[in-house]
Amino acid sequence: MSVECNDMNILSVQNLTVKLEGHTALTDVTMSINKGEIVTIVGPNGSGKSTLLRTIVGALKPTSGKLNIRRNCVIGYVPQKLHIDATLPITVKRFLSLPRTHSTKNIKNTLDLVGLPDVEGRQMVGLSGGQFQRVLLARAILNKPDLLILDEATQGLDQMGAASFYRLIEDLRSTLGCAILMVSHELHVVMSASDRVICLNGHVCCHGTPEIVASDPEYHALFGSGTQGALALYRHHHNHTHNDDGTCNHKHHHEDA
Amino acid sequence: MFDDFFVRATLAGVGVAIAAAPLGCFVVWRRMAYFGDATAHAAILGVALSLALSTSLLVSVLTVSLIMAATVSTLSNRGFAMDTLLGVIAHSALAFGLVAVSLIQGVRIDLMAYLFGDILAVSTQDLGVIWGGAIIVLLLLAWRWAALLTATLNPDLAYASGINPRREQLILTLALAVVVAVAIKVVGALLIAAMLIIPAATARAFSKTPEAMALIAVIIGILSAIGGLQGSYIWDTPTGPTIVCVAACLFIFSSLIRLLTEKTA
Repeated sequence: MSVECNDMNILSVQNLTVKLEGHTALTDVTMSINKGEIVTIVGPNGSGKSTLLRTIVGALKPTSGKLNIRRNCVIGYVPQKLHIDATLPITVKRFLSLPRTHSTKNIKNTLDLVGLPDVEGRQMVGLSGGQFQRVLLARAILNKPDLLILDEATQGLDQMGAASFYRLIEDLRSTLGCAILMVSHELHVVMSASDRVICLNGHVCCHGTPEIVASDPEYHALFGSGTQGALALYRHHHNHTHNDDGTCNHKHHHEDA
Repeated sequence: MFDDFFVRATLAGVGVAIAAAPLGCFVVWRRMAYFGDATAHAAILGVALSLALSTSLLVSVLTVSLIMAATVSTLSNRGFAMDTLLGVIAHSALAFGLVAVSLIQGVRIDLMAYLFGDILAVSTQDLGVIWGGAIIVLLLLAWRWAALLTATLNPDLAYASGINPRREQLILTLALAVVVAVAIKVVGALLIAAMLIIPAATARAFSKTPEAMALIAVIIGILSAIGGLQGSYIWDTPTGPTIVCVAACLFIFSSLIRLLTEKTA
């Protein structure tokens, strides 16, 4: 069994099963991520998306199966939600230096990169939702990760905020060259921004390029029939990229679809 | 210098304040206030054990506090609600301790001294224990500071940085048991939690970073210890409670300042 990471893979998961308090959250999951690739995990609530990410970062132990992360692979992790207790005073700068300290210059540059100049001295609890997520992202990329893991990083952001957040992530892939593994509910964004999509529902339902996954019957069973909107949006996006008609109105096209 | 009981008492109070304040910050940040209370209450059971078995008070209290902390951590991981669990264990441990002390025959002890502390009776040897414990706790916290903070912010974030939050929790529990064991003579089992929480809560109003909060908490703890001792000398009041009263007054004062500055801002 080839569980070792090859030259391309920076992460490979083989036949992973994770049991949580009696129930099986993940069954026999096999997947891998290549260098510089954007892989998105989609799936309904309770399908084990976060469990998979948390197992990869080491917060959960696999019940069986293998998890291989390439040696020296630096992981940057943006958790699903992070609540900072109001009793804990912490500036953005201090937060970014946990647990390892970074130079002021490095912190400043990274904050510029995520589009948040001049917030070093602000209190974390005083940030808006979008700013907070960008600071979390800044913290994850400060260590120059080879693999950036995002667990529903746009939760709580409005559509505009989420869209600009995903644009930022795509930019980061090209500037940092890191692979990105993310969980998302925003199917239309996911489908256009990912190299590969893994559709998860306790097990891997289907995986492949966005086109392959979108036409898979199992994907339709999970998202298709009940959520015509999401699929229509995706199709719109698909057309959109092929028609090459620049920045078109999403809503308009959506109604057409 | 150590011959004067008042000097010894001051040094004891300052020693406890220095260790309790930064640890208290973590207790506040992690919402473990009741946990500190429970550990302290269980200490009375340790007092009873040390009398019954004629073992060292420090060792008995430390052991019981650790067992109690470990029990709570294990049970809470199995799905018991933390506050219920602590309510059960803390008060049962206290009750069993009080009953056990009364059952020990031939020993007449001043239970009040363990419940509320007897800082004026601190011996030079006690001072050694208090400062030894305080230094151990401070070194432990300084060594694990970044890891403890990361684990306090978010366990998953800690795991992703190669830090095991369970180990950090264990280190805090250990430090808590040490503080309780060395502080029982100074402020007593019922008021230890106050020395943990009040300076930290007071410092919150003036701090922008976790480090600043810990440092300010230490200063407030020291001020409370010294002020409390002086107050109890002037008004002839029980020393442990007076120390806590001074800390509480500083807390009220800081809350007022915060309220006023927020209004003008």
